[in-house]
Amino acid sequence: MAAALPLAVLGLLLLGPGGRGHAEPPRDTLREELVITPLPSGDVAATFQFRTRWDSDLQREEGLSVLLKADRLFHTSYHSQAVHIRPVCRNARCTSISWELRQTLSVVYDAFVTGQGKKDWSLFRMFSRTLTEPCPLASESRVYVDITGHNQDNETLEVNPPPTTTYQDVTLGTRKTYAVYDLLDAAVINNSRNLNLQLKWRSPPEHEAPPAPFLHAQRYVSGYGLQSGELNTLLYNTHPYRAFPVLLLDTVPWYLRLYVHTLTITSKGKENKPSYVHYQPAQDRLQPHLLEMLIQLPANSATKVSIQFERALLKWTEYTPDPNHGFYVSPSVLSALVPSMVAAKPVDWEESPLFRSLYPVSDSSSYFVRLYTEPLLVNLPTPDFSMPYNVICLTCTVVAVCYGSFYNLLTRTFHIEEPSTGGLAKRLANLIRRARGVPPL
Amino acid sequence: GIAWFLALAFPPLTQRTYMSENAMGSTMVEEQFAGGDRARGLARDFAAHRRKSGALPVAWLERTMRSVGLEVYTQSFSRRLPFPDETHERYMVSGTNVYGILRAPRAASTESLVLTVPCGPDSTNSQAVGLLLALAAHFRGQIYWAKDIIFLVTEQDLLGTEAWLEAYHDVNVTGMQSSPLQGRAGAIQAAVALELSSDVVTSLDVAVEGLNGQLPNLDLLNLFQTFCQKGGLLCTLQGKLQPQDWTSVDGPLQGLQTLLLMVLQQASGRPHGPHGLFLRYRVEALTIRGINSFRQYKYDLVAVGKALEGAFRKLNHLLERLHQSYFFYLLPALARFVSIGLYMPAAGFLLLVLGLKALELWMQLHEAGVGPEEPRGASGPSPPVLPAQSVGLASLVAPLLISQAMGLALYILPVLGQHVATQHFPVAEAEAVVLTLLAIYAAGLALPHSTQRVVSAQAPDRGWMALKLVALIYLALQLACITLTNFSLGFLLAATMVPAAALTTPCGPRPLYAALLVLTSPAATLLGSLFLWRGA
Repeated sequence: MAAALPLAVLGLLLLGPGGRGHAEPPRDTLREELVITPLPSGDVAATFQFRTRWDSDLQREEGLSVLLKADRLFHTSYHSQAVHIRPVCRNARCTSISWELRQTLSVVYDAFVTGQGKKDWSLFRMFSRTLTEPCPLASESRVYVDITGHNQDNETLEVNPPPTTTYQDVTLGTRKTYAVYDLLDAAVINNSRNLNLQLKWRSPPEHEAPPAPFLHAQRYVSGYGLQSGELNTLLYNTHPYRAFPVLLLDTVPWYLRLYVHTLTITSKGKENKPSYVHYQPAQDRLQPHLLEMLIQLPANSATKVSIQFERALLKWTEYTPDPNHGFYVSPSVLSALVPSMVAAKPVDWEESPLFRSLYPVSDSSSYFVRLYTEPLLVNLPTPDFSMPYNVICLTCTVVAVCYGSFYNLLTRTFHIEEPSTGGLAKRLANLIRRARGVPPL
Repeated sequence: GIAWFLALAFPPLTQRTYMSENAMGSTMVEEQFAGGDRARGLARDFAAHRRKSGALPVAWLERTMRSVGLEVYTQSFSRRLPFPDETHERYMVSGTNVYGILRAPRAASTESLVLTVPCGPDSTNSQAVGLLLALAAHFRGQIYWAKDIIFLVTEQDLLGTEAWLEAYHDVNVTGMQSSPLQGRAGAIQAAVALELSSDVVTSLDVAVEGLNGQLPNLDLLNLFQTFCQKGGLLCTLQGKLQPQDWTSVDGPLQGLQTLLLMVLQQASGRPHGPHGLFLRYRVEALTIRGINSFRQYKYDLVAVGKALEGAFRKLNHLLERLHQSYFFYLLPALARFVSIGLYMPAAGFLLLVLGLKALELWMQLHEAGVGPEEPRGASGPSPPVLPAQSVGLASLVAPLLISQAMGLALYILPVLGQHVATQHFPVAEAEAVVLTLLAIYAAGLALPHSTQRVVSAQAPDRGWMALKLVALIYLALQLACITLTNFSLGFLLAATMVPAAALTTPCGPRPLYAALLVLTSPAATLLGSLFLWRGA
C-alpha cells in the first residue's frame, strides 16, 4: 500500500525431524532475528523471524518473543503473518531430510499513532517491552537495524546504544547497512540488564513525498452507474533508464462481464502490445475470467491497462444478505524481475541472516518482486427485496376484491325460499319461550 | 391537487424522521475533538497565504497535510466557460485541487468517506479549511477507522468539485480538462461539504438539494439531525428555524413555508452546494453551512468539529451503502419529512384533470361522430358532418410534428449554433444564444398556420377537439415523466399549465385565452420565478 518497502521481521522456526530416533540435534538450530527498518515516511517496519529445527514447537518465554505483545500490535498500519514449512537436506549428500518451519510476522508501526508524529522511536515505545535476555534455546538471536541513512555524510540519524558490528548487504537492489546486536553476546545486554534500542533523527526530515519504489501499481474502477464500468490498472515503472517486463494476472468474477475487445494498454500515450496474452473466459456461476499478460513497461512511465465490463443481474437467491455493500474483485498479481541498482552476490543460506531469504535473487542483476494491487468493491444492480411481499399483497387484494365481486355478480342467483313452518327443535324452543314469557320464534 | 399539496405540511401527512439504517442507529459515540485553537491558527495561516498568492496556496496545503500525516495529491483542472464571466471577463477558469487521504489502518482501501471544503475566488472559506486540517490531525491519531477518509480542498467552488469527481471516476461528462488523479481510495460511500463564514457560528444550515433535483438518502440528514440535537446546536433548513410545536397551526404553517422553499430549490435543478455534484455518482452527500448572525449564543469550531467527528464515526460503521431510507422526499422541517407515497397524489390529481378533460373531449367527439352517418362527399346541399376522428388523425400529425421539432430545435440549436453564429455574425456568444432562441420562438408562430388546415377541413366547431385531445394527453405524459424524476419541477409546471390548458377553447374570448396560455408557458414561469427569487 504505502510506497515504502516494509522490511518484515521474519520469524523462522525450523522444526526438527519428527522423531527419527537420532541423537538430540545440536542447539545451533534455533535462530531468531528481528530486523527494524525506519521507513522514509516515519513509520517503522519490524520483522520477527524464528527458525528452528526442534521437533516440537517449544514455548519461548525469553528472547525476541517477549516483544510480541498483542495490544501494541494492533496499533499498526499493516501486519502480515506467514508460516513456511519445507523439507531441507541434513547433509550435503541429502541422505536424510529434516523439516524446517519458519514463522514470520511483519508489522508496520504507524508513527502518528505510536509516536505522536515524531519520527524517533524506541523498542519500548513500539512494543512496550524491552529485550532482557536471549532465548536460552536459541543458537542465534540477533537484532538488525537498518541504518542506511547513517553512513552518509550528514549523519541524520543516531542509534543508541551504538552497534558493535555492522552488516552490509544488497537488498531489493540497493546496498543497505545494518547495525547488528547479538543478544547472545554478553556485552550487549550486560550493562543495563535490558536492551532498549533507540533511534533519534538529528535533523528533522523535511516533509516531502516519500520516494517511490521502482515498480508499484494501482487499480480502480471507473465509470458510474449500475450498468457498466471500466477496470483500470496503472503500472508505474520509476526506474530512470531500464525497461522490464511484468506478468499481470487478473481474476475477475463472472458477474462482471468483461469485453475483451475493449482491452487497451497504453504507455506514454502510445499503445503497448503485450508479448503474451492468455485469456480464459468466464462461465456463469462456474468459473471467473482469467487474464494473464506479459507487458513490457518502458522506463520512467505509467502504463494503463483498461478493460470495460458490464454488471450482471444475479438470480434472486444468489444475492448476499448485504448486497448493497458490493461485491469484491480480487487484486491483480504482478510478478516482475526488477533490475537492481547494485549487483547482488550469491548468498550462502546458512551463514547469511534469515531475512535474506525474503529477497531471493536468481542472478545479480535483478530481484524478484510480487505485488498485489488493492481489492475493489463493485456494486451490482440490486433488486428491491420487498417486492415479492408487495406483489403478494396486491394480487391477493385484487383477486379478493375485484375478481370476487365480479364472480359474485356474474354467478350469484337468488331464489325464493319458503320459510319452514316446523321442526322439532323449533317447537321445543317455542315451548320454553312461552314458559319464559318471551315472544316465540 | 393543490389543496393536497398545501396539506402536506400538516401532521397527518408528515412523519417524524427516523434512522432506517441499523448500522448507524444504535451506537452513540463520545466525541473527543478539542482542536479548536489549532483550527483557528491554521485558518489564519491559510487566509494569509491565500491573500499573498491570490489563488489556493497549494504548496502550503501540501506541506500542512503531509505534516498531519495524510497522503497528499494535487490535481489541476481548467474549463473553458461557454459565456464570458461578467464579473471577471474571462473565458478560461483553471485551478488546483488538493486532497489528502487518511488510510485506515489494516484496511484494504476498498471504501472511503469524503470531507470537502470548497474555496471559491470570492468566498475563501478559510475557517473551514482550518477545521478540516485540525480534524484530519485528530482523526489521524485514532485506530478505529475502517474506511479511508479523503480530505478535499477544491478551488473555484463547484467547478473544482466536478473536476475532482470526474477524474476520480475517470469519466468526462462536462468537458472539463483535468489531470488524472494519482491517489484513490476505493468506492466513496458518503461525503460532507463544509462551508463556514466565520470562526463562531450561531447556526448550521443543512442543504440537501442536488443537481437536477436529486436528493441524498434521508438517513444522512437524519444523522446530522441527531448530532445537532446531541450537541445542542441550532440547525436550520433553508435558512428557517425549526418550529417546535406541531399541534397548533403555527408549526405546520412554518413547515409549509420551508416546504415551498425546498420545492422551489429543487425545481430550479441547481445544486445548492458542492454536495449536489456527488449525487450523480451515487455518493450520498450533504452541505453544512455555518452562519453567523445576530444571535446571542454562539458555537465555536470545537462544537462544529465534534458534530463532524461524531457523524464521521457513525458513517464509519456503515456496512452497506445508504439505501434503507427514502431517496424521494420533501422536508417541511429538519425532523419531519413527506415521503413520495404521500406527495405524489398531489401531482396525480393535477394530471387527472387533464385526463378527465381529454375524456370529456373524446365523449363529445364520439357524439358528433355517431350522429348522421352520411358517406363522405354526399350529394346533399348541406356540407356533411364528417366523423372527426378519421380525418383528424391524419392531419393531426403535422402540427404535432412541428411542435415537437420546435422543442427539439430549442434544445439543440442554440448550443450548436453558438459557434457558427459567432463566426459568421458579429455577435458575442451570449447574444448568439439568445437570438437563436428568439428566432425559434418566432418560427413557432407559424404553428397556427399549419393547424388552420386541420380546422378548416372539418366542421368548424368540432375540428379543434381532436387536436386538443391529443395535445392534452401529450402534456399529461410529459408532465408525468418530469414529475417522476424531479417532483418539484413537475408539480410547479403542472400547477401553472394545467388550468390554462384545460380551460382554453377557441370558442371563448380569444385574446384572454391567448394571454393566459403565454403567461403559463414554461418560459414565462421560469421568468416569473426568477423575479420571485431575486425579490425574496
